[in-house]
Amino acid sequence: MSGFSLRRLLAMLHKEWRQMRRDPGTIGLTVMLPLIQLFLFGFAINANPRHLPTALVSADHSIYERDLVGALQNTGYFTLHRYPSAAAADEALARGDVLFVLEIPPGFARAVTRGDKPEVLMEADASDPVAVGSATAALLALNATALARDLPPDLRAPVPAPPFGIVLHQLYNPEQITALNIVPGLIAVILTISTLVMTSLAITRERETGTMENLLAMPVRPVEVMLGKIIPYVGLGYVQIGLILLVSVTVFGIPVRGSVVLLLGALGLFIACNLAMGFAFSTMARTQMQAQQLAQFAFLPSMMLSGFLFPFEGMPAWARAIGAWLPITHALRICRGILLKGNGWAEIWPDLWPMALFALIVGTIAVRLYRETLD
Amino acid sequence: MSAAAPGLAIDVHDLRKSFGARRVIDGLSLQVARGEICGFLGGNGSGKTTTIRLLCGLLRADGGGGTCLGLDLLREAPRIRLLVGYMTQRFSFYTDLTVAENLEFVARLYGLSGVRRAIEEVLARIGLAGRRDQLAGELSGGWKQRMALAACLLHRPALLLLDEPTAGVDAKARREFWDMIHEMAAEGMTVLVSTHYMDEAERCHRVVYLAGGRLVVQGTADEVVRAARLVTFEANGTGIEQAAARLRHLPGVETAAVFGRALRVAGMERAALAAAIERLGDSGLTWQEVEPRLDDVFIHMLQGQEETS
Ligand SMILES: Nc1ncnc2c1ncn2[C@@H]1O[C@H](COP(=O)(O)OP(=O)(O)O)[C@@H](O)[C@H]1O
Ligand SMILES: [Mg+2]
Repeated sequence: MSGFSLRRLLAMLHKEWRQMRRDPGTIGLTVMLPLIQLFLFGFAINANPRHLPTALVSADHSIYERDLVGALQNTGYFTLHRYPSAAAADEALARGDVLFVLEIPPGFARAVTRGDKPEVLMEADASDPVAVGSATAALLALNATALARDLPPDLRAPVPAPPFGIVLHQLYNPEQITALNIVPGLIAVILTISTLVMTSLAITRERETGTMENLLAMPVRPVEVMLGKIIPYVGLGYVQIGLILLVSVTVFGIPVRGSVVLLLGALGLFIACNLAMGFAFSTMARTQMQAQQLAQFAFLPSMMLSGFLFPFEGMPAWARAIGAWLPITHALRICRGILLKGNGWAEIWPDLWPMALFALIVGTIAVRLYRETLD
Repeated sequence: MSAAAPGLAIDVHDLRKSFGARRVIDGLSLQVARGEICGFLGGNGSGKTTTIRLLCGLLRADGGGGTCLGLDLLREAPRIRLLVGYMTQRFSFYTDLTVAENLEFVARLYGLSGVRRAIEEVLARIGLAGRRDQLAGELSGGWKQRMALAACLLHRPALLLLDEPTAGVDAKARREFWDMIHEMAAEGMTVLVSTHYMDEAERCHRVVYLAGGRLVVQGTADEVVRAARLVTFEANGTGIEQAAARLRHLPGVETAAVFGRALRVAGMERAALAAAIERLGDSGLTWQEVEPRLDDVFIHMLQGQEETS
């Protein structure tokens, strides 16, 4: 009974399969979790919001006012609502009914024709920089041209002639659709939940319910128990990857510019990282509650410091240093890189080796910590 | 089967085990003959479960050693596991699998040939055939114990280690459980079984009593009773409850308890006990000295333990 036995591993797998199949939670987690997350993050998060409610207070109903309003609406960022007075509009801004207040002063048209260069006040609720950032940028480019069509020729601004031109190519995601960035990242996030959290729970459950004592008293080897616990979750992880890719492409129009095989291979390494971590947690935790807390402890920085929700380059150096150690940071880059940019081996290599190193180190720790006896 | 020592199934010496700074097993030596049913007794926390875990290799002893079925406890633990059936104190099978599925899992881990036949045999033998497709989690206490026993028997072990197998099970189920244990012993299996029930202790060939991780007494039930040198008096009549309450506080009385219509008092010295009864005065009870029973002895020993600890 020494060494590894395929027969015993198969017995373990058969048992795990029966338990997983019987547990409605497993099905829910495999199918529902990715779908819910995809639709939540894919549809709900928008870092470049458009059609923001804007209060318009105008004491001047002129052709220029119509030009200005039309130009604002054409940017796609503003939806204008008329308010009777500046006071009412400011109240709406304070309440959060509108994000902008545009005040066109009385005599605007006359001042324009006189060449007085009157000022129009735009107030923005800048408490959430993401909400108003892109809209204000669009606003500032507006005043040179908005009224041009109706101005008498002598008042048109001289065509600006800067000393050099800038040609901006927005690559990979030219329309800046947030979903295109978030959805590929979700693959890594969902895999973290299903593999890291679920393995650590699955193994701790055996310990908590006492079945581990029975297992240890029987001739099954630790490596067989370990693999028996891990392999089903690798399978589950790949089922989820397939599901997410399918929904990503069909519903969100995510492009697949690189090699799917390369992506699946790289994600295999990412799954290995999570399983090693989950297994290490399960050897430290006595109860499922503790295992859950440990997993939570790893999961939060994974969401925050990996570049999933916020740009990695925008974080301070210390946060990037932590993030660089997290496997999910690299998995995210690989997912986005392969899907959006069509990256190949050479481009993802800098993100592959840190994951391999992580899996090796944490895996070694996990095996060291695993106790073959109860003490 | 390796049978170097034909006489002894368990032969361990001077076992020691500590958890942190706490010494839980403190120089335990234990011999159990092949084919014997050995009752393993002792208060809660006296180290019964720990000893059983040491015997089947679930814990490593800090010191001492010996053999189990002729195999070295420390060096040959994996081989011992193949020959031992261990029934844990707490039910530890998969509650979301059926009886048959649990047994199938165990049979396959042991690499039995003819899994299906082995399962049907053991189900029939333990009287579980009617519940083969019931989820283990839905079984009542008594049936859970039977299923756990069935799982231990699948690989036809030479030694059964049963840790409080009948705790919380009704009297009928306990009786049937013990009938099965006797059947198996008759076929040559050795059984080490821990229990808190005195009627079960009396059904063992031999009992060992553990306190503070040490073996205190061992022998047949009669031998243990005699070795304790306890003196017991019994009284009949009305007002035995009140008499018991008063007697408990008198010097020389170790235990005073009412069983049905009789009051039993026990102590170490006949003279002191008689004096205590004397001090009760004329209570209308008729007293006579009787043979001490195993439960008198164990309560006496449990008390001694509380006083010293
Ligand atoms: N894994 C463990 N870690 C720490 N203490 C333990 C452990 N197992 C048992 N003990 C302690 O050892 C003592 C003996 O326990 P045990 O062998 O379970 O006694 P019994 O089975 O006779 O009730 C108890 O005080 C218990 O708290
Ligand atoms: Mg116990």
